[in-house]
Amino acid sequence: METTNVQPSPSPVQGNFVDRLWDFFCSLKLAIITLILLAATSIIGTVIEQGMTPEELAEKSGWNLNTLQFLDQSINAFDMYHSWWFLSLMGLFAVNLICCSIKRFPFVWKTVREPRLVADDGFFRTLSNVEEVVVAKGTLDEVRTKVTAFLGGKFASASVTEQDGKIYFYAEKGAWSRFGVYVTHASILIIFGGAAIGNVWGYKGFVNIVEGSSVDQIMVRGRQEPLPLGFAVRCDDFQVSFYEGSQRPKLFSSDLVVLENGSEVLKKTIVVNDPLTYRGITFYQSSYGPADDATFRFRIRERATGQTIELTAREGEHVSLPGGYSFAVTNSTESYDKFGPAVQMHVNTPDGQHGNPFIVLQNYPEFDAQRGGEQVFSLVGMDQRFYTGLQVAKDPGVWVVWLGCFLMVLGSCGAFFLSHRRLWVTIQPLNKGVGVKLGGSAHRNQPAFALYFDTLRTELNAALADK
Amino acid sequence: MTSSLFFNVTTAAYFAAMVVFIFYLTSKSIQVGFVATLISWGGFAANTLAIGLRWREAYAMGYQQAPLSNLYESVVFFAWSILLIYLLFDLKYKYRAIGAFVVPFAFGGMIWAQRSLDSTIAPLVPALQSNWLTYHVITCFIGYAAFAVACGVSIMYLIKVGKEEAASGNPVGGILGMFPSVKVLDDLNYKAIMVGFPMLTLGIITGAAWANYAWGTYWSWDPKETWSLIVWFIYAAFLHARFTRGWVGRRAAWLSIFGFAATIFCYLGVNLVLSGLHSYGGGG
Repeated sequence: METTNVQPSPSPVQGNFVDRLWDFFCSLKLAIITLILLAATSIIGTVIEQGMTPEELAEKSGWNLNTLQFLDQSINAFDMYHSWWFLSLMGLFAVNLICCSIKRFPFVWKTVREPRLVADDGFFRTLSNVEEVVVAKGTLDEVRTKVTAFLGGKFASASVTEQDGKIYFYAEKGAWSRFGVYVTHASILIIFGGAAIGNVWGYKGFVNIVEGSSVDQIMVRGRQEPLPLGFAVRCDDFQVSFYEGSQRPKLFSSDLVVLENGSEVLKKTIVVNDPLTYRGITFYQSSYGPADDATFRFRIRERATGQTIELTAREGEHVSLPGGYSFAVTNSTESYDKFGPAVQMHVNTPDGQHGNPFIVLQNYPEFDAQRGGEQVFSLVGMDQRFYTGLQVAKDPGVWVVWLGCFLMVLGSCGAFFLSHRRLWVTIQPLNKGVGVKLGGSAHRNQPAFALYFDTLRTELNAALADK
Repeated sequence: MTSSLFFNVTTAAYFAAMVVFIFYLTSKSIQVGFVATLISWGGFAANTLAIGLRWREAYAMGYQQAPLSNLYESVVFFAWSILLIYLLFDLKYKYRAIGAFVVPFAFGGMIWAQRSLDSTIAPLVPALQSNWLTYHVITCFIGYAAFAVACGVSIMYLIKVGKEEAASGNPVGGILGMFPSVKVLDDLNYKAIMVGFPMLTLGIITGAAWANYAWGTYWSWDPKETWSLIVWFIYAAFLHARFTRGWVGRRAAWLSIFGFAATIFCYLGVNLVLSGLHSYGGGG
């Protein structure tokens, strides 16, 4: 950002309407006000949960339904980041950026492309960092050689202009850092562009795939009809694991296979934070659930006879046992506290009496013996088919967004940490010896440059005194 | 040698540094200021060691994770970041009085973490199992810390500016005489935000990159994302205010303070008050 030579003087008051409109769109004040308005209005959508209905939010929060309905109808508060007024504010921000840059860029371009090569006395008076040295002995040519070597060695090679018996040197460093702010501004517009591309040519959707089955179409947000993928995705297996001794999930994973015309073309096990991408469409592990009722395999020992039988039961189903008994599984879990897989079940007596519910643990086959029932149940295995819930996204604009982000980092580093530093040296023959004038300026961070200039000044004196 | 011992040492050191810095303002003794800075360095060393030990303790428990996984760990890392930025500024600019207005933020964070937050080391849920977590948290917190320094400096500015104007050119005496001049404070405010703003930008970008990698959307207007953007807007306004007549000085200082208030809300308020994608993280 530049305060000195890039801001033209304000236009005259009698400027016509178009001029004033132009100045309005170029002004920094507009930028500040737009930024503050964007900050202030953005808060609304963080308080009012986006995507809900006024009724849902009123129920959840206890807020006044009429107020919420009014906010919904008047300012589209439940989808405010896509409302006309918020997008207009963003648009104003973009127009302001563009106008600012168009207005100021030519001055900066000129400063960089056509630098002042000749520093006369008048110009030296405008610089705050100046040093004057008189070299008593030596010719103009000797001093010229020394100055050329000094600038080339300590700073940057100089362009030399000879005029009216004087020799003018000009050297600069980091001229391109002046463009940092424009790169930053442009990067914001590029990110907007990338977002627009994603909105027009991309989509966000989801699909549930039951283990062992495949899908070739997905549901897309904001559309009624399912969208054909052009290929199929099969889920061979879904796994969820927990940290030992807790309910804290450790890993969700799905073994996915991509099928083109029935033949496998790609296999990948996806986990949260590691998706599968095929033909620009990416599948993210997002949720899971049971696809149908689980089946349980039991080994049952009759306490009296010691005879064992094996039986299979679905959840909720009553399964007959020898001697008129029956049992049913009422609940199950993959992880019962720290004991692993478990079921809750009960046994009905031959006269139809409903027994007390009890727990059977897969990892402790003899646990049920302690219950003292007629039968001892051991859980051999649980078979539960799951479905894996996948987010599906296609966003051809995402690389444009990353390009914008990269340029923003690059541009702001240029804009904040680097400065365009310039040095001018003029040498001229005097009555006695040769006069040397050194001047310098930086377009940002003056105190640091003043320190740097002090060092240069000492070094120049040393270089000139050197035989 | 446990991390919790060193976190206690850190808290005590930041408290001591805060008290000695305030004593420095009243005593005007250069030696006292030096001692306060020395205690700050000691606290920073203890803070660093404590985070390192906690990292090792997590590995010993079998969790391959950086100590940035829950609210407790993020708060102690925030305190560490504040001291890092503050001490770098102290090395470069050597205005001791600033410590009295910046170290309290770090102490506040530490005492809150030690007294009220759950310090159990818990393994990461699947959503947080990513290297992006480290990049995202480090960039964000370095940014937040720079904003904390800017906020402290802005408070000093607002305390001093009226008195200095009333004194019309004469140096201000008393405790305020120990403050850098308002011109320097204004410049330091800008310099701190110049560090914080690019770091916040990087923090938002790494967050977006991670969200895109893990969920397929780089931006979903979730409250945490939106609040980080609100903070970004405020500091962007601040940076442009510096080049506009009528917006320098007091207004810039107020913008810096509002910016830090929004930063704290983004960091804590969103998790404690609002809901969204970051709620599982319990912070960060």
